[in-house]
Amino acid sequence: MAIEIEQPRVGLSKVAVSKTHGEDSPYFAGWKAYDENPYHETSNQSGVIQMGLAENQVSFDLLEKYLEEHSEASSWGKGAPGFRENALFQDYHGLKSFRQAMANFMEQIRGGRAKFDPDRIVLTAGATAANELLTFILADPGDALLIPTPYYPGFDRDLRWRTGVNIVPIHCDSSNNFQITPEAMEAAYQSAESMNLKVRGILITNPSNPLGATIQRSALEQILDFAVNKNIHLVSDEIYSGSTFSSSEFISIAEILETRGYKDAERVHIVYSLSKDLGLPGFRVGTIYSYNDQVVTTARRMSSFTLISSQTQHLLACMLSNKEFSENYIKTNRERLSKRYDMIIKGLKKAGIECLKGNAGLFCWMNLSPLLEKPTRESELALWKVILNEVKLNISPGSSCHCSEPGWFRVCFANMSEQTLEIALERIHKFMEQRKRN
Amino acid sequence: MLSSKASSNSHGQDSLYFLGWQVYEKNPFHEVENPSGIIQMGLAENQLSFDLVESWLRKNPDAMGLKNKDGESVFRDLALFQDYHGMPAFKNELVEYMAKIRGNKVKFDPNNLVLAAGATSANETLIFCLADPGDAILLPTPSYAGFDRDLKWRTGVEIVPIHCSSSNGFRISMFALEEAYERAQKLNLKVKGVLITNPSNPLGTTMTKDELQSLITFAIDKDIHLISDEVFSGTVFDSPCFISIMEAAMDSNLKRNTDVLSRIHIVYSLSKDLGLPGFRVGMIYSNNQTVVSAATKMSSFGLVSSQTQYLLSYMLANKKFTSNYMKRNQKRLKKRKEMLVSGLKKSGINCLKSNAGLFCWVDMRHLLCSNTFEAETDLWKKILCEVGLNISPGSSFHCSQPGWFRVCFANMNQSTLQVALRRIKDFVERSRFNYQQNMASLSRKLIGNWVRKLSSADSEEQER
Repeated sequence: MAIEIEQPRVGLSKVAVSKTHGEDSPYFAGWKAYDENPYHETSNQSGVIQMGLAENQVSFDLLEKYLEEHSEASSWGKGAPGFRENALFQDYHGLKSFRQAMANFMEQIRGGRAKFDPDRIVLTAGATAANELLTFILADPGDALLIPTPYYPGFDRDLRWRTGVNIVPIHCDSSNNFQITPEAMEAAYQSAESMNLKVRGILITNPSNPLGATIQRSALEQILDFAVNKNIHLVSDEIYSGSTFSSSEFISIAEILETRGYKDAERVHIVYSLSKDLGLPGFRVGTIYSYNDQVVTTARRMSSFTLISSQTQHLLACMLSNKEFSENYIKTNRERLSKRYDMIIKGLKKAGIECLKGNAGLFCWMNLSPLLEKPTRESELALWKVILNEVKLNISPGSSCHCSEPGWFRVCFANMSEQTLEIALERIHKFMEQRKRN
Repeated sequence: MLSSKASSNSHGQDSLYFLGWQVYEKNPFHEVENPSGIIQMGLAENQLSFDLVESWLRKNPDAMGLKNKDGESVFRDLALFQDYHGMPAFKNELVEYMAKIRGNKVKFDPNNLVLAAGATSANETLIFCLADPGDAILLPTPSYAGFDRDLKWRTGVEIVPIHCSSSNGFRISMFALEEAYERAQKLNLKVKGVLITNPSNPLGTTMTKDELQSLITFAIDKDIHLISDEVFSGTVFDSPCFISIMEAAMDSNLKRNTDVLSRIHIVYSLSKDLGLPGFRVGMIYSNNQTVVSAATKMSSFGLVSSQTQYLLSYMLANKKFTSNYMKRNQKRLKKRKEMLVSGLKKSGINCLKSNAGLFCWVDMRHLLCSNTFEAETDLWKKILCEVGLNISPGSSFHCSQPGWFRVCFANMNQSTLQVALRRIKDFVERSRFNYQQNMASLSRKLIGNWVRKLSSADSEEQER
C-alpha cells in the first residue's frame, strides 16, 4: 500500500483528541521503559523489573490443575448443542450458571457474611468497563464523583474520558494512615460545590489500590452516612476483596448494608472482577452488583457494549461452581499473597525502608519521603527516574496516583517469581547502601 | 437520582423489534415440545454452518485446551494478556480472512485493526471518535434497529435518516443524500459522517462500485467521514460479488486525493458469517492513525477475551478450513434464501431481490388494509400472535414506507422454515377467503342499496 497518508484534515471528536485517556502520565511511561528492556531471569538479568503492574501470578498452578482435571470447562462436551448454544449466546443477562457461580464466589470471599442475588449481577468485560458504565448511569457530563486519594491512575480515563464526568479528590494523608475522614469528604464536597460541579457519588476502592489496606468498619459506616446525607451514590470497587491476607479483615459495604437491614441500599453499587483475585485480566470478567433495580436494568442494557465472551463465561461457570476448587483457591491464594507481602516488607525494612501497614492487595505502599531532596512532586519524580533508570525497577510514583503527599510509591510483589522479587530487593538494598555512603 | 442517559429511552428497547422478541421468549417454537409456539424469524443469526466449526474443534482440542502446537500450555500467557493492541497472531489472521472475503482485491494492515467486543462496541467506539455530543450521523433507512442505541445512547450523537424507497429498490440516491444533509443543517446539526451497512441490513443487497464512489465523493465534498459496516460481507452468496468501500476507494479516480483513506472506516465482526455472536469479536479498520490510536485506547472498555482470541486465531490460521467454510456456508445460505423466496412467492408474497445477508426484505404492502404504519403494526401483531411468526416490521427499521418486513431464514433448521412457510400460506389464504367473504357481503350490501334506491326513485316518479 504505497499511498502516503498526510496529516488528515478531516476532523475527529473532542474525546478522540483529548488527553483525558491519561496515558502521558509516568505510570505509563514506566511501563514503556520496562517494555524496552524487560528483566528476564536468564536472558536479561540486568533488565528493568516490572513492579508497576498489579497482577496476581502466585496461584496459576491451582487454575492449571483445575483445567487439566476438568476438560469439560474448556470444551463443550461431546454433544453438538453445547457449542452451538454457547456460540449463539449473547443475552446481556449473562449465563445464569455463571452469575450464580459469581454470586457464590463473592459470598465465599466475604466468609458468608453477605448474600448476593445472581439476578442483581450485571456482567461486563472487566472492571474497567464496569466503572465507566456505572459512571454513565449515575452522572451526567459535567457532574462530579468524589474519590479518595491516592487512587488507581486508570480512574482518570475510566471515569472521565468518554463520560465527561469530573473527579474531585478526597485528600487523605499519612497523618492517619491515609484513612478517609468525614472532614476530608466534606471538604471535597465543598470544593466541588465551589467549582459549580454537581456531586453525584463517591467511589471507594476497598481494599484500596494503591494502599494495599482494607477500609475499617467505622470509616465505611461514615462513608455510607455521608452518601445518605448528601443523597448521592456510593460505588465500592471491591476487586481486591479476594486478595486480603486474612478473610476476617475485609469488611464489604455489603456487610454494612446487611447490618442496617438494607436501608439506603438503593444508592450502593459494588464492582468486582476476576482480574486480581483469580489472576485472569486477559479473560475480561467484570461485574456490577447493584441494590438499585433501575441501575441493574439500565446497566444490563448498556452491557451490550461490553459483554463477556460466552466461551469464557462457560469456562468460569464450571470452575467457580466447583466448591472444592473455589474454597481451596481462596484460602491458598490468601496464604501465598500474605507470605509474599511479609517477604517484601522484611526485605524493605532491612534496606531501611518503611511501608504503610497493609493487609491486602498485590502491592505495598512504600514511604521514600526521607530520600526526597525537597518534599515536592518534582523531587519525587526525580527519585522515580533514578529508581527506574539506575536501579532498574519500575515502581509507581504516588503523584501518578494523585497522592497529595510526595515520596510514596506503590510497589507490586505478586506479578513475578520469588527469585525475581529477591533480586529486586537486593537491588533496593544496594541502592540504599550507596545513598547512605554518599 | 440517575443520569439523563439512564432515564432516557435512547436504548431503543421499547421498539417493536424488541417487543416481538419478548413475546417470542414467552412461547418459543420447538419442533417436538412446542410445535404451536412462535417461530423466531426476527433474529439475524447464522446457524447453518455450525457443523463445520464443530468438526474443526473436534480435530483441534488443543485450541480449546489452551495449548500450543507443541502441546504446551499457554494458559498463563493468555490469562495475563490484556494488551489493548490485541493478540498479534489473531489480528494477522483476521486481516487475511477479511481480505479473502473481498476476493483478495484489497489488502489490510493488522496495525490498522482495532478489536472490540462485537460490532456493537466497534460502532459505538467509532462514533465516540468521530463525533461530539449533538453532532449528527446520516444513516440510510431502512436500517438496523440496534443503531438507535449503538450510535446515539451514550455518545449523545443524533441520527438523521437518508430516506430510501422502493421506487428504486431502496438504493441510496444522491438526491436523498443531499436532502438528508440539508435537513440536518436546518435542524442546526453538524454532520460528521455517513454510516452505511454493506451488505445491507435489512435489505440483503450489496452496493455497486458507482454507488460507493458517489458516497465517497459526497464525503470528500462535505468533509465528513464514511463508516462502512461490513458485518455481513461474509454472507454474500450470489452475484454481484461484494465490493468493499476500501476497494472502491482504491480506484484510480480517487487515488490522487490522499486524505480519502483517512475518512473511511470499516466495521466487521465474526457474529454473522461465522455465527459466533456469543464470542464478542468485532473490529474497526481504519487508515486514519489518530482514529486507530484513540479507538485502541477506547477498546479497553470492551476487549476481546484472550481465551477467545487464541481459539479463533488457531482456527482462522487453518486456510483449508476457512476456504471450505466460506464456500459451503455461502452455498447453504443461498439455498435457504431461495427456499424462503419461493415459498413466499407461492403465497403471493414477493421479496426484494437480494444476494447477501441472513434475511429477506419482504413486500407485504398488499396485505395491509391501509397504506399506513398503523396497518403495518396491526398486520405485524396478527402475524406474531395469530400466525405465530416473529418477523420484524419495517417501522422498527425506520422504513419510510409501510408494509415491508424483514424475515430471517438462517437461524432455524429447514423443517422449521417449512412450518413457517406453511403458516404464512394458511394465513394468506384465510385472509383472501375472509376478504372474499367480506367483498361478497359488501357487494351484496351495495347491490341491495342500489336496488332500494332504484325502487324508491321509481315510486317517486310514479307519484309525480
